[in-house]
Amino acid sequence: MEIERKLYKNSSPEAIVERLLKAGKKVTAPVRSGNTVDFREIKTPAEVEYNVLTTVQSAKKVAFPKVDKVVEFEVLKNNVNTLEIDFDSYPEQILFGARPCDAAGFIPLHAIFNWDYADQFFLKRYEKTTIVSFACTTNDEYCFCTSVGGNPGNTEGSDIQITRTGNSEFLIEIITPKGKTLSALFEDLLVPETEKTEKEKHLAEVPKAFDFEKVYNRLSSTFESPVWEEQAIRCLGCGACAFVCPACACFDFQDEKSLKKGARLKLWDSCGFSGFTIHTSGHNPRESQGDRWRQRVMHKFSYMPHRLQVRGCTGCGRCSRACPVDMNIKEHISQIESL
Amino acid sequence: MSNLIKTAEELLQSKKVNLVIGYEKGTGNKTRPAFIRRAEDAARLVFYAGKSQNLAVYILRQEVKRAGKTAFVATVPALRSMLQLASECQIKDGELIAVFVREDLETIVLEDFKSVEEFLATADTGFNPEEQELLSRLQSMTAPERFSFWTSEFEKCIKCYACRAACPMCYCHKCTTECNQPQWIAPASHPLGVMEWHLMRAMHLTGRCVNCGECATACPVAIPLNILTYSMMESMEAEFGTKPGMKADTKYALSVYKPEDKESFIL
Repeated sequence: MEIERKLYKNSSPEAIVERLLKAGKKVTAPVRSGNTVDFREIKTPAEVEYNVLTTVQSAKKVAFPKVDKVVEFEVLKNNVNTLEIDFDSYPEQILFGARPCDAAGFIPLHAIFNWDYADQFFLKRYEKTTIVSFACTTNDEYCFCTSVGGNPGNTEGSDIQITRTGNSEFLIEIITPKGKTLSALFEDLLVPETEKTEKEKHLAEVPKAFDFEKVYNRLSSTFESPVWEEQAIRCLGCGACAFVCPACACFDFQDEKSLKKGARLKLWDSCGFSGFTIHTSGHNPRESQGDRWRQRVMHKFSYMPHRLQVRGCTGCGRCSRACPVDMNIKEHISQIESL
Repeated sequence: MSNLIKTAEELLQSKKVNLVIGYEKGTGNKTRPAFIRRAEDAARLVFYAGKSQNLAVYILRQEVKRAGKTAFVATVPALRSMLQLASECQIKDGELIAVFVREDLETIVLEDFKSVEEFLATADTGFNPEEQELLSRLQSMTAPERFSFWTSEFEKCIKCYACRAACPMCYCHKCTTECNQPQWIAPASHPLGVMEWHLMRAMHLTGRCVNCGECATACPVAIPLNILTYSMMESMEAEFGTKPGMKADTKYALSVYKPEDKESFIL
């Protein structure tokens, strides 16, 4: 559908959030707790933190929770009874206040979870999610969305996008039919756009750090390069980068059981962990941290674009902000581009 | 500043070491660990007083071991980590040189365990007032209040294991949390799995943690994890009079028996 543009004249979007909550929807939004801001389910409009560029973690948990039950089972006398997940129990939900780089993250996630197997746990949750994003009017030194096909006002992946265009004015873009349905809840709060708002004028300027195509082409001949060991020598091998990433989709299955019953859980995993690829023989095909770092970069910038026609990175910079040893992906990719 | 660079240059030029681990300029005003192999690269080294990451975490890494003799820029907690690793038979005397940068940016080169021990005997190894304040606040709480404090902190945990990765004492080749036959710790980052993980880690670090605070600094969701090990450290000192990382041959209090050990904690 063609993007519908409306204006919302108020100093804060609180009234919109109030309508969403009143409609009984599950709303997840940025919430401050101490020094950090992260996505949490809110119960009142006042809980939303607007004064934040990016939350520590991405918003992927709304469709890809850190712990997700995929089947339950009970042990009977002579056999095992499995209890399938009731997808109707997944809530209709709204992700409010995501950044364009968060919303765009659902595109690579959707591609992975729909690739060789349609992962219903992700797909059903995603189907029931409406994404209301906030265009970025500020950025920081970690941001590089413009290098990976995005921009501070990118509407890809969003159902509705809100852009602050003045002290008491917001541009509301209704992008998809899902967004249209949701906007009915607060349509009376909106006014028509009499003259076209120059959205771009209000957006942050994110300088381009590297050329994606050039990096993609360069990666095809850098598998054996010493650059991976050089860059990753300080990498500690934790999973912080993968867990805060809007596009990282790796998971592990673990069973939790007692004598009589149990559940199989889908849990976040990371290619940065040394145990990620270890074989039962003890052999590890990705033996060094350099091998694992290469996999991370290759997967996002080479394998996913090649096999799934999507980029595996949205340029949000969360991995670099979260890294305890300042592995800065923007800088490292720029370095690879100029190899 | 030139002194640290000069020291590193001399160590590399004289072939006394093959590798110097220090800090270089990172993103914005951050510093990041730097691995210097050639004297001409030593100019990259920087040192800012105040909170600097504990580089002892790299000492046992295979890339570092492979490099041969190594020097590392060590803060007081890093020196203590070094001695603790020595007392756990992880490093040999003489294979690691520590370079301490004083407040006036002059360097002190410590070439063996004995000189590190002597240096630490006069250094300030006291507790940080902010941590002390949080700990006293927690200790003044009732047990249910304290439980609810940690429950709400642990709710944020995503089990990325940055706490473990940043800890110089978490060097086990296979961590208990990765054992799945039997599964000791629930691997999921649900409330039980998170609680089990952090309690297990605190127990395993009791009497070994040197309170560098890297677990809390590394935590992307800002859980004050160091308070757990810190509290255990206080108990160890009170019960057994041992302070980890002050001597290269400290006997681990929880694995040795002395007739004078207090037994008041046995229920």
